[in-house]
Amino acid sequence: MTKATETSADSAIIAQHIVRRFGDRTVLDDISLTVPRGELFGLLGPSGSGKTTLIKLITGIDRADAGNIQLFGEPMPQLKMLQTFGYMAQSDALYQELTGKENMAFYGSLYGLKGKVLADRMQSAASLVNLTDHLDKQTSAYSGGMKRRLSLAIALLHEPQLLVLDEPTVGIDPVLRKTIWNELRTLTEKGVTIIVTTHVMDEAEKCDRLGLIRDGKLIAVDTPVAIMVQAGVHTIEEAFISLGSERSEHS
Amino acid sequence: MRIRALVVRITRQFLRDKRTLALLFLAPLLILSLTKLVFDGNTVSPEIGLVGPTAALSEKLEEQQASITLFDSFDAADKALHDGDLDAIIQIVDGKPDITLEGSDPSVSRSTQLVLQKALQSGAQDLAPTVHYLYGGPDMASFDSFGPVLIGFFSFFFVFLLAGVSFLRERTSGTLERLLATPIRRSEIVLGYLAGFGIFTLIQASLIAWYSVQVLGMSMSGNIVNMLLINLLLSLTALTLGTLLSSFASSEFQIIQFIPIIIVPQAFFSGLFNLDAMNPVLQKLSYIMPLYYGADAMRGIMIRGEGIGDIQLDIYVLAGLSIIFALLNVVALKKHRRM
Repeated sequence: MTKATETSADSAIIAQHIVRRFGDRTVLDDISLTVPRGELFGLLGPSGSGKTTLIKLITGIDRADAGNIQLFGEPMPQLKMLQTFGYMAQSDALYQELTGKENMAFYGSLYGLKGKVLADRMQSAASLVNLTDHLDKQTSAYSGGMKRRLSLAIALLHEPQLLVLDEPTVGIDPVLRKTIWNELRTLTEKGVTIIVTTHVMDEAEKCDRLGLIRDGKLIAVDTPVAIMVQAGVHTIEEAFISLGSERSEHS
Repeated sequence: MRIRALVVRITRQFLRDKRTLALLFLAPLLILSLTKLVFDGNTVSPEIGLVGPTAALSEKLEEQQASITLFDSFDAADKALHDGDLDAIIQIVDGKPDITLEGSDPSVSRSTQLVLQKALQSGAQDLAPTVHYLYGGPDMASFDSFGPVLIGFFSFFFVFLLAGVSFLRERTSGTLERLLATPIRRSEIVLGYLAGFGIFTLIQASLIAWYSVQVLGMSMSGNIVNMLLINLLLSLTALTLGTLLSSFASSEFQIIQFIPIIIVPQAFFSGLFNLDAMNPVLQKLSYIMPLYYGADAMRGIMIRGEGIGDIQLDIYVLAGLSIIFALLNVVALKKHRRM
């Protein structure tokens, strides 16, 4: 407990011994993790490994069965903390009948934005993801990549201190993907903490630090380079395979 | 603020979805009109075949607007009965009338028997009673009697279906998950849905009320404001029940599966059919059905001209059910976000 209060001032996320079970299946098993403010932290793991569950616990959408989580020094879950982060879910949570603009306005007003502030924020978020020309179209007419970009713009709308992005660049072309990563980098320089889940390995290498999740266990947390060195390999992909199998041999 | 955002969103979605709008506003009118056409046609005059010398009887039957065909032998009449040209045959056996009914449609048999009875009794006119009606009158058609129930039924059915499907879609499309990642309260989601759908159900209720009274000419002895109030309460019950049950469905198809379980039994118990013949214990089942209270109040208002005092029990029950379902909804959302 004392350790937590020492570091809570400069840590965005402190998770200690998190356990989450669904029925008799343990989805997250004793996960401890600290993410400092302004870090771009990547969660890497195969589907079903518990990445999304971990994100839901950190943001307070779900509750851990054991362990505790602090977000910006506040114990989670708490309703008011939902205002502090922007969330981009794995599925594009858009209303098909509404235009891009109406979708943004809806979510924006849920975060308490209105009037000119809302209009300005909508404009800058849309231009960041290159959607300004398509805002008046119904989202049912959007391509997969456009929907992804609109979801990202919505997550950025209220200028949150923490961005939680679940597979943000699926279906986005390489050029725009690069722009988005550059923008994420700029945001971290402004002090925004970003958590990204991905299974694109070259994206993983762009993160400040990586957490490798497998079968609900955090098998490694370090910078991409340190992880590769530790595993004695040259790519994150190989590191993931080697660290994963090492772990299962021990247990 | 957040509730308003939800209301604006739901309204926009509705206005974009023309088919759903048509289902909500036009389908009830269409079905009510069809029901009126079916049940409110002119009274059928039975086709009766007479065998043998029955001139006096024939005259009396024609007074009762039956159409009479004379036959020389019973066999010829019997053949016509088999061919479907006749509803009944009358012959005199041993000085007494002997009647053979076609019998495959009970309602035709009944009206034929009624005509025969009137014709055979019309000799004793001095004893004919004078009839008074407490409600309605001799011109009240069966449509006037169950029309009010139908109005309630349609408000309930279409709103239940729409609310269930929209809320389900919110879940399956992932927007509910996203919605719950914003600082919105679970109660605000339920209230937003109530208000957003409430606007459209109020329009629907007014439209149905206006159409059935002004266009279809349904008998209306009470106050139309009370009728609107009951319709709105019934729709709100359907809305809250629909969204609540959608938590237990995983696809649109499973919402449809609720129709035979939730909607159809209510139709039976709501007063469309007379329940007096049913086992008294089973009759009590109607007390747990929202539609029973809605139908009871609608009938009271439209046929018996009841005021707000007479239908207050129905109002309390419907409002109470809506509140209970809404609260359960707030609890059910806990499954998706535990605060």
